[in-house]
Amino acid sequence: MTGGQVLAPILVAGAQIVIVGVGGLLLLGLMRKLRSRLEGRVGPPIHQPLLNVRKLFRKQRVRPEESSWVFSAAPVVLVATAVVVAAISPLATTRPPLGRSADFFAIVFVLLLGSAALALAALDTGTPFGGMGSSRAMTIGAIAEPALLVAILAMSIPAHTSNLPVLVRLGLTHPQMIASPGRILALGSFAIIILAESGRLPVDNPSTHLELTMIHEAMVLEYAGPDLALVATGEAMRFSLLLGLLVNLLAPWGIADRPGAVALVIGIAMLAVKVALAGVCIAIFEVFTAKLRLFRVPELLAGGFVLAVLGTVTALVVR
Amino acid sequence: MTTVGEQLELLVATRPSRATLRLPATDLVATASTLLAAGYRLALIAAVETPGPIRIEYLFTDGPPDQRIELEVEVDRGSPRIPSLARVSFPAGRFEREMRDLFGIEPIGHPQPRPLVLHQHWAPGWHPMRSDAGPQPPMLSDAAPYPFVRVEGSGVYEIPVGPVHAGLIEPGHFRFSVVGETIVKMKARLWFVHKGIERLFEGRDATAAVALAEKISGDTAVGHCLAYAQAVEEALAIEVTPRGNELRAVLLELERLYNHVADVGALCNDAGFGLANAHALTLREQLLRLNESVTGHRLLRGGVTLGGASLVSLPQPDQLREVGDHVRRLTDLARSNTIVMDRFTGTATLSAEQAMEIGVLGVVARASGLCFDARSAHPFVDSPVTFRPACRDTGDVLARFLVRCDEVAASLDLLSDYVARTGPLTDVSVDRGLTSAGHGSGIVEGWRGTIVHRVEVGPGGMLERVKVVDPSFLTWPALPVALADTIVPDFPLANKSFNLSYAGNDL
Repeated sequence: MTGGQVLAPILVAGAQIVIVGVGGLLLLGLMRKLRSRLEGRVGPPIHQPLLNVRKLFRKQRVRPEESSWVFSAAPVVLVATAVVVAAISPLATTRPPLGRSADFFAIVFVLLLGSAALALAALDTGTPFGGMGSSRAMTIGAIAEPALLVAILAMSIPAHTSNLPVLVRLGLTHPQMIASPGRILALGSFAIIILAESGRLPVDNPSTHLELTMIHEAMVLEYAGPDLALVATGEAMRFSLLLGLLVNLLAPWGIADRPGAVALVIGIAMLAVKVALAGVCIAIFEVFTAKLRLFRVPELLAGGFVLAVLGTVTALVVR
Repeated sequence: MTTVGEQLELLVATRPSRATLRLPATDLVATASTLLAAGYRLALIAAVETPGPIRIEYLFTDGPPDQRIELEVEVDRGSPRIPSLARVSFPAGRFEREMRDLFGIEPIGHPQPRPLVLHQHWAPGWHPMRSDAGPQPPMLSDAAPYPFVRVEGSGVYEIPVGPVHAGLIEPGHFRFSVVGETIVKMKARLWFVHKGIERLFEGRDATAAVALAEKISGDTAVGHCLAYAQAVEEALAIEVTPRGNELRAVLLELERLYNHVADVGALCNDAGFGLANAHALTLREQLLRLNESVTGHRLLRGGVTLGGASLVSLPQPDQLREVGDHVRRLTDLARSNTIVMDRFTGTATLSAEQAMEIGVLGVVARASGLCFDARSAHPFVDSPVTFRPACRDTGDVLARFLVRCDEVAASLDLLSDYVARTGPLTDVSVDRGLTSAGHGSGIVEGWRGTIVHRVEVGPGGMLERVKVVDPSFLTWPALPVALADTIVPDFPLANKSFNLSYAGNDL
């Protein structure tokens, strides 16, 4: 093995992690800016989330008195799982390091590990808001995850694999596969679940200050300083990761399919453009929607589940 | 001399606009019950210290036409006791608990003889409104915690919220007992900002205290100031000209406008519809600037004076039309969002019976089908004949939202009518009566609801007693009632739809 062969995968992984981390925070900034402008407000600068994270990292570490290691470990678990998924997923290139391990099911469950860690940490604080947020987040997760699994199944059946790099590459070589009804239905379901899992409208309102209505924010109310910076970064990474996978499954064009620096740079640029477009669409949607009554959220997710089931049935029938 | 019963019969039969009935404490419950049965509303109870005994005033009102009957009962200063009216009137029970804390007057037979205003760490036996109260004793550091009623059963947990909140709102503590997401019981604790405003009035010059009345509740400067001014004018027999009353009505409607517009936006914002709130805030800013051009103050301070009103300018008809168009676009935007309407519909319902029993006022009452509005019941200005209180009967968040929308439209109509009438911008009657003494009451429909003030002015125009009743004081108990079967994440919406005042309640 030459030095280049060892170094190249590390560089690719590093590039993907950085683009997901920094890009994820910028994506949130972009969406906030766009939403503000559409509502006739000026809004904070696009790089504000980066500044916030930098500020938080410089602050003192404050933790609830009665909290245990679960509370301090959760932000690390959240970021670590996101980093692992960012390294091995087909985001900028269809040849990520350890790509053979990048099974769609496995990736979903690695990300779920981060959510579970946050929910446990919220319970660990012993505050009523933490428990309330955990309970709501887990309720939504319990309905969203099965829908996601079925959606992945629908995409895997025609490809005979659930390996993500293969799924993305097949989109490049066999574009008709993307246009198959099964795939489209499954991606529709995936999009709904991304909104629910990332705490966006109409499921959760990321910009509210009302604790009693919070789902996701209620879980992380007790975090401050560097811990909060990790949580914010981890959440931004998860959001951009999920969007990155969605856009690459929907429109893989531009992704690096050959080794080499030029292809990788183009792949990164195209990823940024595609994810930004997806973020813009979500931001515009959020301006005109509102937050669903909590007991209506299962109805929305059930819709996602039905789409996924229809996708699977279609994939089995239409060969 | 006629008996109390004969006098009462005469009062109920003739329904005079003003009457005072002095009666022994033993006749109180029967007399009050008769008045309540005759359709009168218990608007206010005030304890007044005299050199001799303590006098307790019960103000009963009805309208239209404007009618006010005062019952006077005297109690011994040494061990003051009154028979409780709590069993015939829920609001009376609240007033009695307030008097028990502030004056040490014991309501005999009260079902809930517990402190209301003073929290448990205030020194027991110290009644701050008594003239012989002396300096405030130190707060107890070892007071027992407030005995919240614990809801028993499996799966019940408590969520404490406040008194310090995440948003820019006033302090109040809410204790929810919850099963799953459904609220089983909610207890609101208020009076964290008890300021002793009524005591601050005492000994002040009646004219100078107008500025204090404006600051009772920052968002209700005109409402409280006007109720105070009307009470003093009645006490001193100052006659306000029709023009002065028109100018006052303009201010009152301007205050309703900017507050209701902000509430419409805030309700949408709490449902996650920030777009409507952004529009509402723009509109509110326009209205605040209009306020500034009308009175020189964005919150309309300085407009109402004793004897009349003094304005810098009047809103122009085209300004009002522009605001009207903007408001229509805002309410259409909110009403066309199906998710927002779904959140509002059927949430936190208060039935007409509950509203009646509790004695709620203002927007909340009108949303539950009680079409009471002091602008028609106790009018002080000639309104156009078309004015009708905005009324809905479903009692949910949607009804309270729609009543606000309707009232904004009605206020704009009223304003257009008032500004079309010509006259000077300043009209203040000379306060020829300031040397005399007397008592009077003022009733004004503020933007939250009916505000009642009762004042007693001594010789030389010095205030002896001012009793302030903000509609929030009587409406707060309805919030926990409306929350039955509401889910926790809908509480902010329910609370915002009531939008009750902390400052006006805590006084």
